[in-house]
Amino acid sequence: MTEQKHILSILVDNQPGVLSRIAGLFSGRGYNIESLSVAETMDPLVSRITLVTMADTPVVEQIVKQLHKLINVIKVYELTGANYVQREMALIKVQAKPEHRAEILRIVDIFRCKVVDVGQGHYTLEVTGDEGKMDAILNLLKPIGIKEIAKTGIIALFREQK
Amino acid sequence: MKLTGAQILMKVLKEEGVDTIFGFPGGVVIDIYDELAKTDIRHILVRHEQGAVHAADGYARASGKVGVCLVTSGPGATNTVTGIACAYMDSIPMVIFTGQVPTQLIGNDAFQEVDIVGITRPCTKHNYLVKRTEDLARIVKEAFIIAASGRPGPVLIDLPKDVSNTKITYKAPKRIEMKSYNPTYKPNMKQLHRAVKLIKNSKKPIVFAGGGVVLSRGSKELTELAHKTRIPVTCSLMGLGVFPGTDPLWLGMIGMHGTYRANMCSGECDLIVAVGVRFDDRVTGKTDTFAPNAKVVHIDIDPTSIRKNIPVAVPVVGDCKITLGLLNRLLDKEDLGDLKKKRKKWLDQIDQWKSTTPLAYKQKNIIKPQYVVEKLYELTKGEAIITTEVGQNQMWAAQYYHFKKPNHFITSGGLGVMGFGLPAAIGAQIACPKKLVVDIAGDGSIQMNIQEMATAEQYGLPVKIVILNNQYLGMVRQWQELFYGKRYSGTVMEHAPDFVKLAEAYGAVGLRATKPEEVEPVLIEGLSSSKTVIMDFAVEREECVYPMVPAGAPITEMLLA
Repeated sequence: MTEQKHILSILVDNQPGVLSRIAGLFSGRGYNIESLSVAETMDPLVSRITLVTMADTPVVEQIVKQLHKLINVIKVYELTGANYVQREMALIKVQAKPEHRAEILRIVDIFRCKVVDVGQGHYTLEVTGDEGKMDAILNLLKPIGIKEIAKTGIIALFREQK
Repeated sequence: MKLTGAQILMKVLKEEGVDTIFGFPGGVVIDIYDELAKTDIRHILVRHEQGAVHAADGYARASGKVGVCLVTSGPGATNTVTGIACAYMDSIPMVIFTGQVPTQLIGNDAFQEVDIVGITRPCTKHNYLVKRTEDLARIVKEAFIIAASGRPGPVLIDLPKDVSNTKITYKAPKRIEMKSYNPTYKPNMKQLHRAVKLIKNSKKPIVFAGGGVVLSRGSKELTELAHKTRIPVTCSLMGLGVFPGTDPLWLGMIGMHGTYRANMCSGECDLIVAVGVRFDDRVTGKTDTFAPNAKVVHIDIDPTSIRKNIPVAVPVVGDCKITLGLLNRLLDKEDLGDLKKKRKKWLDQIDQWKSTTPLAYKQKNIIKPQYVVEKLYELTKGEAIITTEVGQNQMWAAQYYHFKKPNHFITSGGLGVMGFGLPAAIGAQIACPKKLVVDIAGDGSIQMNIQEMATAEQYGLPVKIVILNNQYLGMVRQWQELFYGKRYSGTVMEHAPDFVKLAEAYGAVGLRATKPEEVEPVLIEGLSSSKTVIMDFAVEREECVYPMVPAGAPITEMLLA
């Protein structure tokens, strides 16, 4: 069976140690974490963890069950195959030599991102989008020279019925 | 009402019906011990914290109640880890209280500080660090609910010293609600209907029962199912006793050291009704060759057990007892008239396996360990509570003591803890003071918690210890004999103490048998004593446990001698 990317959206008690229970479950059972994003929800007692893992179907079924078993896990949604929106944000520090500045700003324009910091030799860009868009802009910026990058990891939600 | 944390703890423990705590004191739990002495809760002072946890475990397995331990911070806490992991693997309900340094010192590497919540996170069902005395009562109540419900397990509560000795105005917690914890007890009826159909249509079915049936007290329902449908029954190590070992439909244990007929059944059967098991590797052998022709109906309260190791045709998440009860009611409505005839060929085949290849050993003029267990079974009429250590002693106990009832075989199945049997026997004896409790031990593993002899003596517990003494770490030696060219690296253990003198040094009775004809008299004398007794049997040194399935081989490919 082939491994596939799965996005899990996990609602948990907003308490110390809960993230470590989840991370420990993944490391202890040999599952992998591709990306992880955690923040409080509207209810301050609840946090949402969006986690991306690579696994085949039986393994991801087992992961979901194991997560449910943790006392502090309230709900687990598996988003793969469902109708959902996903976004990721990145801050990209790109080398900005005078001859490249126009080119960078053109890319910023096309990808509808923002320049959030400008220096002598760099621009810092704020980009949001799905994975396809992230990959595309990184591919374009790479030849110009990426100095540093920080990404949030994917966050995702179900789409409501129209 | 103004109460300290320690007083609140005692109040809640009383409310939870706790009558016994196994423990060992230390600096940060003095406040709790001070209050404990004012209650009528019995404290059993062990000699090592590992003993406290195994004793609480044995108490829980024998009584079906939640076992409770209390230890101090740091080394007291770390010493409990093996016992906790053992209880976690075998799903035993327990609550473990560990002391902790005062909250303002946590994280400072204070004296006897250790992050026990971090350490035990992967081997507890849940754990807590109590940071405010106000939360204590609620947390303790939650812990008892979590430990005993669903798939049971150990829950650890870490209690900083200031949480125990701070006085607050106590308000009893309201109804305990855990929005994220809600085990499924009632099964999906649609799946049960599918199971009924498979049971009716199968020609060569078996029931495979495990510890989940013990924990849910579903032995009666399981026996009813087997009799009603004429399906032969095998058990995992953890399930022994849920089906009478004397019943004609009994197959014996399945797995690495299972009986020939049970293992052959798994290869030939067309249906496995699996109840409260998790298809551990010691049961399945090589998974892709396990039960190649069988559809599997898997009943378990823990969804993660289902489809973890083998494919399942009918998954049923629910409590074993409730589910088996409902399954029996559904079967009552069916016409099962011809099942007796239909199963005849299958049962005849099993009888043939049984008669050609029974569990057996060759009697010689040297004591055979199997003979000791067989004699023990005869003399106790199969009524004793048996605990074991881990290794050959455990397997011979499982093979040659034919358990009739659940909660009578107490063994470290999942984790395989040497040193489990003696403290577990102590706990079982405290839970069942009138019962005969026997620890079947090896000379290696008995030494891992031998210090608990003093505990048994201190509380006048008449536990009986049967040492099958071969001066080897026998199970590993057996593997070395069979698969490592008889190179006995690290398994020769010729410097054991004189166990008779050792028993006497603890104030107990010590007996020894070195010839087969001495076995019975020694057992009779030892078992009839009202004291703690060690019976040391000098057994054939290089005896092996058979049948044996080499690790990773198909379960039907057994070494028989």
